[in-house]
Amino acid sequence: MNLTLTETQTLVQKTAREFAQKVIAPEAARLDAESRFPREILKGLADLGLMAVNVPEDLGGSGAGALSYALAMEEVAAACASTAVTMAVTNMVGEIIAHFGTPAQREFHCPRLADGTYAAGSFALSEAGAGSDPGGMSTTATLLESGEGYVLRGDKQWITSGAHAGVFIVWARTGNRETHAGTRGISCFLLDGGTPGLTIGKAEDKLGLRASNTVPLVFDDIQLPKTALLGELNGGFKIAMMALDGGRVGISAQAVGIARAALAESVQYARDRKQFGKAIGEFQGIQWKLADMSTKLEASRLLCHRAAALKEAKKPFSREASMAKVFASEAAVEICNEAVQIHGGYGYTRDFAAERHLRDVRASTIYEGTSEIQRIVIARSQLA
Amino acid sequence: MDFELTDDHRMVRDTARDFARREIAPRAAELDKSETWPSGIVKQMAELGFLGMAIPTEFGGAGLDTFAYALVMEEISAACASCGVIMSVNNSLFCDPVYKFGTDAQKQEVLTPTASGITLGCFGLTEPMSGSDAQTMVTGATKVPGGWLLNGAKNWITNGPHADHIIVFAITDRSGSKVKHTAFLVQKGAAGFTQNARDHKLGIRAAHSCTVFFQDCFVADTAVVGNVGEGFKVAMATLDGGRIGIACQALGIARAALEAATAYAKERKSFGKPIAEHQAIQFMLADMATQLDAARLLTWRAAWMKDAHMRHSTESAQAKLYASEACTRIAHKALQIFGGYGYSTEYPVERHYRDARITEIYEGTSEIQRIVIAASLLRA
Repeated sequence: MNLTLTETQTLVQKTAREFAQKVIAPEAARLDAESRFPREILKGLADLGLMAVNVPEDLGGSGAGALSYALAMEEVAAACASTAVTMAVTNMVGEIIAHFGTPAQREFHCPRLADGTYAAGSFALSEAGAGSDPGGMSTTATLLESGEGYVLRGDKQWITSGAHAGVFIVWARTGNRETHAGTRGISCFLLDGGTPGLTIGKAEDKLGLRASNTVPLVFDDIQLPKTALLGELNGGFKIAMMALDGGRVGISAQAVGIARAALAESVQYARDRKQFGKAIGEFQGIQWKLADMSTKLEASRLLCHRAAALKEAKKPFSREASMAKVFASEAAVEICNEAVQIHGGYGYTRDFAAERHLRDVRASTIYEGTSEIQRIVIARSQLA
Repeated sequence: MDFELTDDHRMVRDTARDFARREIAPRAAELDKSETWPSGIVKQMAELGFLGMAIPTEFGGAGLDTFAYALVMEEISAACASCGVIMSVNNSLFCDPVYKFGTDAQKQEVLTPTASGITLGCFGLTEPMSGSDAQTMVTGATKVPGGWLLNGAKNWITNGPHADHIIVFAITDRSGSKVKHTAFLVQKGAAGFTQNARDHKLGIRAAHSCTVFFQDCFVADTAVVGNVGEGFKVAMATLDGGRIGIACQALGIARAALEAATAYAKERKSFGKPIAEHQAIQFMLADMATQLDAARLLTWRAAWMKDAHMRHSTESAQAKLYASEACTRIAHKALQIFGGYGYSTEYPVERHYRDARITEIYEGTSEIQRIVIAASLLRA
């Protein structure tokens, strides 16, 4: 075991921290209040190589590895969770295309995701009736009679950055429902933003992550060329699961970032706020909360970094990614909740960031696989 | 950043795992039931170098590091938590401070036989009326020509009934606003050094503890460990390391409980299928496994930092706090998964449940760990 960061990792962390603290943090409250998509900030992140941290350099990415990505994610999330989730999905889309794409797909999309030509990338798996169980999806991609392409029909739900994405990864049923039932008949396609027949629905009005864009999509008989297929026909579920393993590391890092900010603000508040003649940090009731918050935060970060390190070493990391995701997200919800408690009435107002952290962090235990799905993954591995 | 074990660490762990499964695990239930001190196992652990793991070979130790010690502690404790704490006390609470603060003569005469396991050590800080708050200690040492006279009592002294040496803390200066302590080495058989019958405990029953008494017990100046008046520093530095040992003991107990519960869940049937197929049980197992991994990572981080000579008080406290509380939760859930059988001494989870409970109390209660952690957060 060695917990020392490499030079590259230290540099990525420092770069992300400086930009996050100087440029993003001062804007975060306003972005949230106005539900404004942080387009300029995302371009800034792209300019620093943070929109494709783990995408190879020859495709325009930073090639800095999965752990660097986790470090950058924590820094950005500590400043603005909405920006962080937009960054997370874009990084994931770039990684998937780099990993599964044909040379043409990789060379076209990856540089555009990396350099900010695309404001973002989107991941379109969930549907109104298919969340934790993607095998139940109803969107279809039907092979044309000519055999020269597909017709995409259906709709998708909860698509992060959908209104701004340059490219979507879309999952659709391609297999026969009897011979390729459930997850065995799903394929993955690349869909360009602005394609005729693609309708972007009304943005969701959410509890938190209000500066991130979340929309439903409708595919109205969109003609896709054969070259739009990503990976193998009917091999889409494998891509989704692999993407989500990596995505879970990203969301655990996001949770760590939000929780870190909430803890730091709580410590500062506990030093400043006086009651009964002394700083509230001198009361054990508050000290206990801070000690537990910090211990859970450290454990979360270690679980996240372990999963990232395994991913980087190309070792199996599914169990570890699920552990990181469920632990870090649930710990972060608890930490942000305690942060509001420590801030008292002020914590319930928008004058302090604790209120935003609590709203933002609440998504962590839901997206990229709910806590319940993570526990199924972990239990399966435990019982294997 | 690398979370993998080195080949050397893996080898040490495998040796300990093999030994613990073969030699200790089959005897653990009986040792517990009869409250028998495992003298044969202690001897075997000595032969394997487990009683002075991080002490250099020139002083009788195994010449390894804290990380190796952490790995072995988990393995031994997974088989028998009593054997784990016997090992932990000798390594962390006795050999460590004598090596770090002792004189050359103390290292030759006391550390060398104890690190090699020929003799056994114990640690005397706690008193009947002074646990978490060492400032309230009453045991004192009065200066006399050539040495000191010790007077007072120390309780919950693990290994006490069988130890050859004790490192004991006494007040040597009451003149200032805060008393000053000094650490001394006392040998078994020293005039004025006695002990009562061993304690009877909820768990870790094969690890004997007792109260020891000092009545005008003379110790020479050469028995002082570290500087006169700096005993508190010796105690606190020792406990930083000790907490890593106890965190590892908690990991071992928790792992044993989880492994037993996992195996049982696959065999036991209810409502026509193995209980492992019910989500209620799956989710318990998932949480237990996740908490165990979180505890292990916190513990390994503290051990790694200690080996890298980084300050690790906060990290040791976090490891101890989290691992011990996770351990009692995991043992509790394991017992629940076993149902009525879990409540019976027929299965080992009943013992794990009792053994787990001590980890939140000794070497600094959970409450003391939280004070340490909060102080470091608020000080910065």
